[in-house]
Amino acid sequence: MALSAIFSKGESMNNDYVVKMENITKVFGKVKALDHVEFSLKKGEVHAILGENGAGKSSLMNVLNGIYMPDEGQIEVKGQAVNISSPKIALDLGIGMLPQHYKLVDVFSALENVAAGSRKTSPFLNKKKILDEMGKLIAQLGMDINPNKKVYEMSVAEKQSLEIFKVLYRGADILILDEPTAVLTPQEIKNLFKIVRKMVETGCSVIIITHKLEEVMEISDRITIMRKGTTIQTVNKEETTPQELAGMMVGDVMELNVPYVAVERGKKCLEVKNITAIDRNKVHILDHVSFDLYAGEILGVAGIAGSGQKELCEGIAGLYHIKSGEIIFEGENIVGKNPEKISQMGISLSFVPEDRLGMGLVSSMDIIDNVLLKDYRNTKGMGISRVVSRDKAEALVERLNVSTPAIENHAVSLLSGGNIQKVLLGREIELEPKLMVTAYATRGLDVGSSQIIYELLNEQKVKMKPIMYVGEDLDVLMGLCDRIMVLCEGRVTGIVDPRKTTKEAIGLMMSGVMSEGEETCSIS
Amino acid sequence: MLHIVKKDVPKTREKIIVRVLAVLAALAVASIIVVFAGANPIELYIGIFQGCFGTIHRFAATIVKMVPLLVLSLGVMIAFKMRFWNIGAEGQFLMGAVGTTLVVRSFPNLPLPIMLLTMVLVSFVFGAVWLMIPAFFKARYGTNETLFTLMLNYIALTLVTALQYDFWKDPAANGMPKIANLPNNALLPNVSGFNLSILMAVIIVLAMYYFMNRSKIGFEISVLGESENTARYIGINVTKTIMIAALISGGLCGIVGMMQITGVSGALSTEITGGLGFTAIIVAWLSGLKVPFVVLNSFAFAVLLQGASYIQTAFQIPGSVADMIQAIILFFILGSEFALQYRFVSDKTKSEVA
Repeated sequence: MALSAIFSKGESMNNDYVVKMENITKVFGKVKALDHVEFSLKKGEVHAILGENGAGKSSLMNVLNGIYMPDEGQIEVKGQAVNISSPKIALDLGIGMLPQHYKLVDVFSALENVAAGSRKTSPFLNKKKILDEMGKLIAQLGMDINPNKKVYEMSVAEKQSLEIFKVLYRGADILILDEPTAVLTPQEIKNLFKIVRKMVETGCSVIIITHKLEEVMEISDRITIMRKGTTIQTVNKEETTPQELAGMMVGDVMELNVPYVAVERGKKCLEVKNITAIDRNKVHILDHVSFDLYAGEILGVAGIAGSGQKELCEGIAGLYHIKSGEIIFEGENIVGKNPEKISQMGISLSFVPEDRLGMGLVSSMDIIDNVLLKDYRNTKGMGISRVVSRDKAEALVERLNVSTPAIENHAVSLLSGGNIQKVLLGREIELEPKLMVTAYATRGLDVGSSQIIYELLNEQKVKMKPIMYVGEDLDVLMGLCDRIMVLCEGRVTGIVDPRKTTKEAIGLMMSGVMSEGEETCSIS
Repeated sequence: MLHIVKKDVPKTREKIIVRVLAVLAALAVASIIVVFAGANPIELYIGIFQGCFGTIHRFAATIVKMVPLLVLSLGVMIAFKMRFWNIGAEGQFLMGAVGTTLVVRSFPNLPLPIMLLTMVLVSFVFGAVWLMIPAFFKARYGTNETLFTLMLNYIALTLVTALQYDFWKDPAANGMPKIANLPNNALLPNVSGFNLSILMAVIIVLAMYYFMNRSKIGFEISVLGESENTARYIGINVTKTIMIAALISGGLCGIVGMMQITGVSGALSTEITGGLGFTAIIVAWLSGLKVPFVVLNSFAFAVLLQGASYIQTAFQIPGSVADMIQAIILFFILGSEFALQYRFVSDKTKSEVA
């Protein structure tokens, strides 16, 4: 502690900690998002919070920022016990959070965006005064903001700088950055870190949420590792290594009851060759991805959120534009074909998308109509018939034990998350597809429901279906899948046999370390 | 501090009670205005009832007022179901009437059945085109259909004005700016006030009910309205679906133009819509975009319209008073929607809950 106090330029020892969170617990329904979490922030330090998706990083910061009220626990800010019940109160205490999705007015200039919502201004806009103040702060931080530039002319990095600036201008000296580097290029990341260091020099304390190990090692003074809603440990950067961090992040191999079924794998069904896709920010969201998928296997896809998993799934399903490369299914290239064309080619493809209610299902419709979504074209003529779908819906509810008051006139959005997923997955399996692609099939589901989903997938595997399973829980991926492909920033960093590798190795690949190629079961 | 909190989905019983209460409250408030206008509110309300149902002719008048509103509401309903905000029913209505008049002027001597069929067809096409223009731009370039359809109303209205005051001005009208009345072979036949448009409306209602609930394209429209992502996911051709929905939506509104001039006004003029194209938006929305409720609500609105015109003559009160009563009732019903969906929670109780 004494060591890090030197690094954090603590002016005096007694107000060393600007934030202390103790025993923070937050429960959503049955899920414990935070389970007696401890966290402390020293004045003038950069503190990274590291963890996988769903580890509770964002939840913890939302508690600190007053968006969530904790069910248990105490928070002290600058030595005072506080009850942070809204972001406004958080800001009064000097806590500001950089939103993950920027909240800027496109047609306003930087100056106008800063002025809007700033409580320093009188009812009248004193542009000159704000401009002066902005100029001082900008010079102090070495930021590159042109106060008169309109937001719609700005790059993502500029928008981010502006958001940071906005928070600082409103008087925050404890800044929370939630995955700030996710949308930036390496050069822009360097700039961001420069600004962060300047902020620390001027007396701010910074919390940075991330899962990129190399960034953690570069910018932070201390690191808190979270996993599954608990804090694992807080360490000083000098006293740790990326390998150790990766290990703490993914945890020990747990005895999970994910049944692996050994199946002799069949013929090659899907061949993805060098596909590349570009997202709205002109980032290569898929970068020369290549892999094969065989009948009777489950290919797991691991990676940090936003590494291209969604785009890969949607690209295969014909919903995301693939710029170059080929996706060969049973000898035919399906790149550039929309879902309608793909099904017309006789390729029955089941895609269980990440966004269940926004894409896989129609939230306001009942189970029958949601089953009908994939069936209605089978009726002859102009009309539709709900007879078949009704039977299917009944069978589905019965077989998967979906708990619903009715299959008719009861919107699926009113069901619980697990039951919604059962409806979606059940419908897709019922189609007897030639290829299954599932994205985060068990996200948000309790153990029992997840178990049913795994069994359903294994059943399909035994029927010699090729299955792609995008997941986030490494224990599950390693238990369920025959092979795991790891994505990082749109690139494949390795395709490994889970029974011949370790979680740490996969964790490192997820952070961008290429697999050393000792395991190459993709090339058979 | 009070907070507004969204309620659970209300039960049917609660919905009915709240709406009946809203109408009663509206009548109570409207009574004040009636008293100022020098009439007895109770007598006046009974008068509205008698004006709508008192005799077979009055009932016919109510139904004839209901028909255009009903068909317009069904028209905008389809577009709304797709979250395509067609507020251009007025314009499509007018264009349908223009098309109808064009048929009569081009082929004045067609026998009645052929004349009527041609007019229905042409008015449908005119209305449909008027909506497919903005639909095309929406599907292709993502333009905002709300403004687009609204502005097309004014273009249609200006076109009719030009026709009425210049191109199609009746030379036999002694300089009056009006378009010539339709000949007898272009008027809807009627029996004691009930004209053929009622039969047409019945057919349209049944067809629309089938279309919305039992047809592929109707189902696709619903899915597209709920979520474009889901529509793409299941392989719906989004552009095609938008265009078909616009065709039917605009076409139905166009047919109303034909019904109105062949069954009610007898000639095209700038006045024929009477703002019904906008009232239809309210009806469709209040009905939750469901066909049976559109029928019910169109009838309720027709009662208000017919009742208002009756009490003006029977009670010698100004037309504006009748309009005010209508507006107050509408205001309360729309307000009651808020009571159905939200409730107030004070900060105190909220923190207790938390």
